[in-house]
Amino acid sequence: MNDVPVRQRIREFIERHVRQRNFDDDVDIFALGFVNSMFAMQLVLFVEGDFGIKVEDEDLEIDNFKSVNAIGDLVERKWREA
Amino acid sequence: MIELNDDQVRQREAFRSFVNTLVAPFADDYDRAEHLPRSLIEETAKQGYLGAVLPEEYGGGGMSMLVYGLLNEEIARGCSSLRSLLTVHGMVAHVVLKWGSKDLRARWLPRLASGEKIAAFALTEPDVGSDARAIETSAVASSNSYVLNGRKRWITFGQIADVFLVFAQCKGRPTALLVERNTPGLTIEPITGMLGVRASMLAELQFKNCRVPRENIVGREGFGFSHVASMALDLGRYTVAWGCVGIGQACLEASLNYAGERRQFGAYLKDHQLIRRMLTGMITNVKAARLLCLHAGYLKDLGAAEAIMETSVAKYFASTMATKVASDAVQIHGARGCSSESSVQRYLRDAKIMEIIEGSTQMQEILIAEHGYQGEYGRR
Repeated sequence: MNDVPVRQRIREFIERHVRQRNFDDDVDIFALGFVNSMFAMQLVLFVEGDFGIKVEDEDLEIDNFKSVNAIGDLVERKWREA
Repeated sequence: MIELNDDQVRQREAFRSFVNTLVAPFADDYDRAEHLPRSLIEETAKQGYLGAVLPEEYGGGGMSMLVYGLLNEEIARGCSSLRSLLTVHGMVAHVVLKWGSKDLRARWLPRLASGEKIAAFALTEPDVGSDARAIETSAVASSNSYVLNGRKRWITFGQIADVFLVFAQCKGRPTALLVERNTPGLTIEPITGMLGVRASMLAELQFKNCRVPRENIVGREGFGFSHVASMALDLGRYTVAWGCVGIGQACLEASLNYAGERRQFGAYLKDHQLIRRMLTGMITNVKAARLLCLHAGYLKDLGAAEAIMETSVAKYFASTMATKVASDAVQIHGARGCSSESSVQRYLRDAKIMEIIEGSTQMQEILIAEHGYQGEYGRR
């Protein structure tokens, strides 16, 4: 699977939750606002379910989740380590 | 997902048998005593219900979320206080499994799965309820420990828990820590006289310079709410939603029986049309709540992100339903329903609590409507 669909799927998921459509893949999504208390766990379930990875306690770094590219990098790193 | 398979039906029958024999006949006594006997907790543990959703590698039952829901319905049909134990103990075990370190999992999960140790969830404070991010309990990191100071209130099973999952601010970053009951500086005061779920043995905790080993952190500093509390509360909402179905079912069964025995104006209550209207509302609403819970459980077993909001929807509907159904059950039972001769007054008191815990009805209304504007419910 190449990079484009991974980031596109991540972007589509985030767009459904932040009520904003025009943001760069490096923009901090938590700084965009409109993210409720359930979003972080929805995001974990999404990446685990859609990309077949397991997010673990050592992955809990804001740098792994803050943007489309950060999440894409996490997914790809997990794939490489699998 | 509409019907249970044969295995799920068999498991539900086993839960029913346990509740009908060991729980329901004594639940009014537990309510009056504001206490669950240790023997009942031990028997519940022996059945594997306290570790039901933990994986077998830790001594758990590896139960699916859907079957775990059925278990919570059946337990709550008998006693909401015992269901509360499953809820808080399960919430802690669930997040230690997901976000605990390898050492923390190895140390705690087998003991939580067996029920050797009881866990409680310590988030709420005297001045902080729904606005959980405003907690004031502090954790100051030193070389090998966190120093905890603050108070937690309304902690379910705080009177007997061996370990608490405590949420605190660490340099302004929400952090979750496992704190053992015997930690020096922790004092525990029982809370009594609650409206409902009276045997859930609430307590207030006070932490005065409690030293907690750094390795007791669950998740990472700063992720205490977003990932740890949020995940625990999602499971809590799920079990509470199912518990409300159990309360509704108990109300329905009591009302069908009573309306079939009691005669007024020369006819059984069940033959009076206004009573039939209440019974019809009960039957329909209990079924509807159960279907929402089944849907949430089905999504949880898939690991779907949608499960979180659908659990919120199920909890919202089921808890408001339970209050209405229990109120109607008391109405049908008349004076008897208001007395200690009947369990329906307990069901009504317990149902009201369900609208407050694990996200109040009003918090659910805010979140569900907000989700509607994210498009999930608008494009069908």
